[in-house]
Amino acid sequence: MSAQTTHIVGSSPIRKEGVAKVLGRAQYIDDIALPNMWFGATVRSTIPRGRITSITFDPAIPWHEFTIVTAADVPGENTIVHIAKDHLCLASTHVNHPNEPILLLAHPDRAVLPAAVAAVHITYDPLPAVFTIDQAEAPDAPAIWGDPDAPEKNLFKSYLMRSGNESQLDAIFAAADHIVTGEYRTGAQEQLYIENNGIIAEYSATHGVTVRGAMQCPFYVVHALQLVFNLPAEQCRVIQTETGGAFGGKEDFPSVIAAHAALLAMKSGHPVKICYDRAEDLAATTKRHPSRTRIRTAVSKDGKLLGGDIAFCLDGGAYLTLSATVLSRGTIHAAGPYRWPALRVSGKAYATNLPPHGAFRGFGAPQSIFATERHMDRIAHALGITPEDVRRRNLLAPGDRTATGQLVPQSGPDTVDMQHLLTRALTESDYHAKQARFQKENPTSPIKRGIGFATFFHGSGFTGSGERRLNSLVEIELTPTGQPQILVSSTEFGQGTNTILCQIAAETLHLPYDFILIAQPDTKHVPNSGPTVASRTAMIVGKLVERAAQSLVQSLITSGHLPHHYSADDFRHAALAYLAQHGPLKASVRYQSPGDIVWDDDNYKGEAYPAYAWAVYVAEVAVDTTTYAATCTNFYALQEVGKVLHPILAAGQIEGGVAQGIGFALYEKCVWQQGHMANNQMTNYIMPTSADLPPIHVAFEEIPSIHGPFGAKGIGELPMDGPAPAILNAIEDATRIPFNEIPLLPEDIFQRMTANGHTSGDPCVPEATA
Amino acid sequence: MTQITLTINGQPRTIEAPPLKRLLDVLREDLHLTGAKEGCGEGECGSCSVLLNGELVNSCLVPILQAEGAHITTIEGIASNEKLHPIQQCFLEQGGAQCGICTPGMILATHHLLEKYPQPNLLQIQEGLAGNLCRCTGYTRIFQAVQQASKTPGTNSVPSPI
Ligand code: FES
Ligand code: FES
Repeated sequence: MSAQTTHIVGSSPIRKEGVAKVLGRAQYIDDIALPNMWFGATVRSTIPRGRITSITFDPAIPWHEFTIVTAADVPGENTIVHIAKDHLCLASTHVNHPNEPILLLAHPDRAVLPAAVAAVHITYDPLPAVFTIDQAEAPDAPAIWGDPDAPEKNLFKSYLMRSGNESQLDAIFAAADHIVTGEYRTGAQEQLYIENNGIIAEYSATHGVTVRGAMQCPFYVVHALQLVFNLPAEQCRVIQTETGGAFGGKEDFPSVIAAHAALLAMKSGHPVKICYDRAEDLAATTKRHPSRTRIRTAVSKDGKLLGGDIAFCLDGGAYLTLSATVLSRGTIHAAGPYRWPALRVSGKAYATNLPPHGAFRGFGAPQSIFATERHMDRIAHALGITPEDVRRRNLLAPGDRTATGQLVPQSGPDTVDMQHLLTRALTESDYHAKQARFQKENPTSPIKRGIGFATFFHGSGFTGSGERRLNSLVEIELTPTGQPQILVSSTEFGQGTNTILCQIAAETLHLPYDFILIAQPDTKHVPNSGPTVASRTAMIVGKLVERAAQSLVQSLITSGHLPHHYSADDFRHAALAYLAQHGPLKASVRYQSPGDIVWDDDNYKGEAYPAYAWAVYVAEVAVDTTTYAATCTNFYALQEVGKVLHPILAAGQIEGGVAQGIGFALYEKCVWQQGHMANNQMTNYIMPTSADLPPIHVAFEEIPSIHGPFGAKGIGELPMDGPAPAILNAIEDATRIPFNEIPLLPEDIFQRMTANGHTSGDPCVPEATA
Repeated sequence: MTQITLTINGQPRTIEAPPLKRLLDVLREDLHLTGAKEGCGEGECGSCSVLLNGELVNSCLVPILQAEGAHITTIEGIASNEKLHPIQQCFLEQGGAQCGICTPGMILATHHLLEKYPQPNLLQIQEGLAGNLCRCTGYTRIFQAVQQASKTPGTNSVPSPI
């Protein structure tokens, strides 16, 4: 596809809901009050695992004023369904993690709820618990989930991805010039949307359940409510309100809080609002899965990868929730954008007695890419070649196949040349000159500077056959004013869904951007265009919007109302004439899997994603050897994401993702005590402020993809993948110490530097194995 | 209950509230001004920022008693007559608002910053906004919005809080 000339796509119109946001008029869930509304609160477990032995209510509280809901009040199944039904809506006999919901309270006065929650006393018979991957997989671990006699205990899900001559790996390792091994770990990370999770629910015997609130995936919530209330989908109406950030943290969790609020609404006969405060949101809702990755590679003396054996493990928390799909994406991305003659990746997600971990931007990929990109540098150091050399010798080139066997196109659209991206990134970031300068200055400076980079890719859309299963539907209707209105369940939570979908429709329809409307996601009125996750909105939903717009205009042309060339006024007249003559007009299109996208779920082979976005990120750091603080001082992000639909929004996505990646690497640590997040406050869970971040330089290569509208691909998750490994690579460049665990805080640096006697800044020879 | 008289966005108001009720809750619940948001409730995030006698404060930390007689400016008082204030216009154009939840507080913090430093350098901007967390933008576009606003005539002609 040659690059199309576009006018609206590729420009940066004002975001659709932007005026309401800057005026402070956008209505987030906690800004909304319904008549006669009550407030809900949750009584939670205080231990990680055990049997509930008693629940008593302190007589000091006037309980008759409250509505109290327990598992016994659930009319349908007591489960929040995601992939499996193991996750209870309300615990009844046992608890499996701290802060598990047991009982719900509602009262007309919000202010009395905290004291009431504290006045419900629950006693337990504690059971042994596990809190880490290492504990969960131990042969003598208590079986906390699943079949206690299973060959591997506490295992939610495993994958085995075999690639190339995987069956020959033993021989390859035996004959290799070098074997380089390493272990890499990443911690839990909180999404930390500034708007906490919140829902308002209503119930009526005739209409069923209506919930509104902050969320990414309205139809996930419908699905969960259907089971809890034993109602048909039509009686579970879900409306997304303006959502103050999500990043995956409002993908699966809103189903829980929606079910809770709706149960209280049903029993109390009032609309019920549950909005968590920060402490509750941090303690009880999902975080990024902690990971442990062990990599063993066989490498030739000139730095070519000969074979790899990667064991990628995730801590899933107490219930399966989305762990299987997070694991899947992480497993596939562990291979990185490299040529592997032989590769085995084993992915395993374990149960622990932490609150369930869930979706967070990147969805498993930031964890495995951290490991792989740190490992590429480890190979370089072990062989005495540069990190650049080791990438140059192994990067996928046009005509190569990824570890799942997907062809990187050799010519035409989607032909991405990583060697070129690497050259451009290293040149524009002035990598070589800076590295030389830092190496010269470091020995005499208490501040050690370093520069490092990561090369990576991120698949757009659901993994494997996911898009086919989703079977998304998009509609565009004509409003009574003769304007096209997009109907999708794809949600806006800051990333720009409303704006880019309207741009695509405007461009396709040859109409002004301001003329296009997009409906609020309300499952009563919009079709299921799938969840707003997985960097799928621009590419997959955007393509459907393009096709729906084409179909809409065709209907107006073939009905004789619209000439082939038309102005916005012509369009409006034609639309009004059509509506008067024929009644409503709605164009619907459904996802069609491109014929050449084939995926084998059992063997993890084929086109894992329709397309990948590719990137090279370069980080500069300064490590202060007196305070042991590491700071990222400059950041350069080059990515190939296909056509950039909206340059300002796109750059904003990258900058925001990079900031979260810097937090993941250097700031954000969940402190767990017996499975409870001990630092569940913004005061001591530290995210980067405006004073902490370096300049972030963003650059795009635009190689149109055939898979997305006007050549666009997914962009949202990509920037989360690269910063952490680039930063840790830079820290090794600065200190000569390989740090392989994040978050990396000053105390960790202090420990290693003083233990190794490296405060003087003398370079040391890196170990080949960890 | 105490009776409190104060001026909100230029309008004198009298309310009855428990003396320790947070200014944030008075604004949101009693006065239905929901532009100030609660992100943390402990003075860390700045999403509840308002101007109190011209100073930037976290309204989640201010007991209403302390606001007796004060002049308060909230995000609702920044635009005049449906016309966006230049700071708001710059946030809009530069992509300084993504999810928008931090935006009211950011705009008030920017207003306060530009009163103090009409032509702030990057460091002054970074430090001036360090009490307002944004999880979406990485701040880059917010800095650009502030810089553009500092060059826009009328930025400091905000309806004066005092
Ligand atoms: S809510 Fe007031 S500072 Fe966060
Ligand atoms: S725009 Fe979302 S927190 Fe700032």
